[in-house]
Amino acid sequence: MADHKLRETPLLDELKKGPWPSFVSDMKKMAERKPMVNDLLGQLELSYKEKKGHWKHGGLVGVMGYGGGIIGRYSDAAKEFPACAHFHTVRVNQPSGWFYTSAALRELCDIWDRHGSGMTNMHGSTGDCVFLGTTTDELEPIFAELTEKDWDLGGSGSDVRTPSCCNGMARCEYACYDTMDACYNITMEYQDELHRPAFPYKWKFKFSGCPNDCVASIARSDLSVIGTWRDEIRIDQAAVKEYADSGMEIRANVIRKCPTSCMSYDGKEITIDNKNCNRCMHCINVMPKALRPGTDTGATILIGGKAPIIEGALLATVLVPFIKMNKDDDYQEFKDLMERIWDFWDEHGVNRERIGECIERVGLGNFLEAIEVDPLPEHVHHPRTNPYIFYEEYFEEVDDAEAQKA
Amino acid sequence: MAEPAAPRKTDIGPPHYEQFLHPVIKKNYGKWKYHEYMKPGVMVHVSETGDKIYSIRVGSPRLISVDVIRMFADLADKYCDGYLRFTSRNNVEFLTDKEANIDPLIQDVQAGGYPVGGTDNSISNIIHTQGWVHCHSAATDVSGLVKATMDELYEYFVEMKLPHKVKIAAACCLNMCGAVHCSDIAILGIHRRPPQINDDSVSNVCEIPTTVSSCPTAAIRPTTVEGKQTVKVDGDRCMFCANCYTVCPAMPIADPLNDGVSIWVGGKVSNARSEPKFTKLAIPFLPNNPPRWPEVTDAIKKIVDVYAAGANRYERVGEWIERIGWPKFFDLTGFEFTKYHIDDFRHAGETFKRSAQIKFQ
Repeated sequence: MADHKLRETPLLDELKKGPWPSFVSDMKKMAERKPMVNDLLGQLELSYKEKKGHWKHGGLVGVMGYGGGIIGRYSDAAKEFPACAHFHTVRVNQPSGWFYTSAALRELCDIWDRHGSGMTNMHGSTGDCVFLGTTTDELEPIFAELTEKDWDLGGSGSDVRTPSCCNGMARCEYACYDTMDACYNITMEYQDELHRPAFPYKWKFKFSGCPNDCVASIARSDLSVIGTWRDEIRIDQAAVKEYADSGMEIRANVIRKCPTSCMSYDGKEITIDNKNCNRCMHCINVMPKALRPGTDTGATILIGGKAPIIEGALLATVLVPFIKMNKDDDYQEFKDLMERIWDFWDEHGVNRERIGECIERVGLGNFLEAIEVDPLPEHVHHPRTNPYIFYEEYFEEVDDAEAQKA
Repeated sequence: MAEPAAPRKTDIGPPHYEQFLHPVIKKNYGKWKYHEYMKPGVMVHVSETGDKIYSIRVGSPRLISVDVIRMFADLADKYCDGYLRFTSRNNVEFLTDKEANIDPLIQDVQAGGYPVGGTDNSISNIIHTQGWVHCHSAATDVSGLVKATMDELYEYFVEMKLPHKVKIAAACCLNMCGAVHCSDIAILGIHRRPPQINDDSVSNVCEIPTTVSSCPTAAIRPTTVEGKQTVKVDGDRCMFCANCYTVCPAMPIADPLNDGVSIWVGGKVSNARSEPKFTKLAIPFLPNNPPRWPEVTDAIKKIVDVYAAGANRYERVGEWIERIGWPKFFDLTGFEFTKYHIDDFRHAGETFKRSAQIKFQ
């Protein structure tokens, strides 16, 4: 039992009701053995009463040699809730695809139980395993114990944020490249950029194995890698028949939903005009047993996705329509591209400007030129509609004599 | 500061994922052929080799204690040889090659108070942020909002009865650490008044040029008050984004009287059928009404109900609204269309209707 007085939380107790699992019930149990969680509940109850948060703005804390991975957090009601006066966050770099064993989870739980509140986010929005609430003194011991067990911190601030990926080839037949390997490889390649903020602003990588984009890379990452294929959708006509026999309305739910009208069904077999297929995934999603992505696979790279702050939300825009995500050469083509982009960003980016905003400011055409990517029709929905063109080539008048000499 | 332990290991990165993969997954890596939904929350993936892996998806509040994680670990040991994963929507997935273990596992999970579901045409777990639990810039508490909302939508998590999947996200301020800008339905904490300025501390804790340039509408100017360097805000130009507060702690923007919640609809990230799209404003303001935010949960239930009744199979919320038209959406939901729904930020004109193609009800 608790040797401290448990906080009364009549408002929060209302959230113990209902069928969905309650974080309040969980925290109340933790509060019995963790004064820090007890006071966190007390402070949260105050927030519910006053309709106002009670955390101060940031605070510079970290572990030696790292500029990211720890978020400082202090209460502005520390007198009333002393046990959560210091309540820092530790971001732990999750394994690719969020796969764990029970032993690995217990390892993390034991470290966190010894040194922190015992409350976590599984997982944070960027993908990390997030430990919520500890004091500055505990940070080095936590770091030592994590690294002893081969865990490391994730990113924070103006650095490469912890990359994340879908479960890819581990448990999905749609994966067009090895997202988990790519994510691990890129994370390892850029450890320095991840742990020591040196960019104008944050940089997020997300790896999705197919255009379903289960990690929302097009919306949530500065550099989005979405698996795709160039050849033909593989069709198993026997499985098509199975779906039809089981009552699937193939014409209504597959053929008529195709955004490019590139499919037909004669009551027996499906035919696809693959040259007109835009790889949307709908037909494959509906009939995974009968239809599969092709075998000439790779990825589309998109750049600049972000939430609204500052200049408005952006979906990432196409940068490279198709790239082979090649494990055998250590993703060298991809990494060379990253180096060119970061060189550009270092030179032209301004403080707290995401790459998407930077590109809008300098112009996508100029950006492509600077990073040595040829402009393609795939880069735009349609060519420009205004005639305000910054022409860079033009003729100059020369006199006749000069012209004759030439 | 405590002495660091020696020898110090740094920049080792995350543990390699391979050691966490179920042997059947390792063996069939890259060889999966197709998958099926056996029932809500249960998937089977079948390999070209004929091997099968079963995934049992369990809803979680995301904000969980080590005791809950240990309970998941115990269940994974009992039924899944210790193998499990988390999903991009904060669900837990238990992984086993033993079909006979599925139902006993589900019984134990449910007995522990956790729901099984969230697959295919369901409402999966809500992506969300920290809120008052742990963030300095939160305009609301999303852990509570999500709990109250998922209680209301519980039937849609444990069953697969919607026209298509519905993805909901919640963010406690405009920083949107959750992807609310591209979800089927989004809950967004908002401020409605300009920041206060602590003139005494601005020059001590903020860089004034950075603060001035942080404002997307150039509403912030440097000034001097009683000999102290500080900033002033043109209230008419402020659209309450709080970006200045992010760079300058002396400009708090939280205001219990005016902070609240806005509701957004019709976004998606998947490329299936239509292109990925942003969410659009449905309700500009609902009051912060903890602990259970009834106005918010009622509004979301309303959207889900009219979508469930009106959408065609395989139509996401945004695709359904595009087919019926926005006037019909406001008509069906009964939400008021106001001047706030009409964009007036960058590229606003791209959202205006520029044709005579109008449906009359």
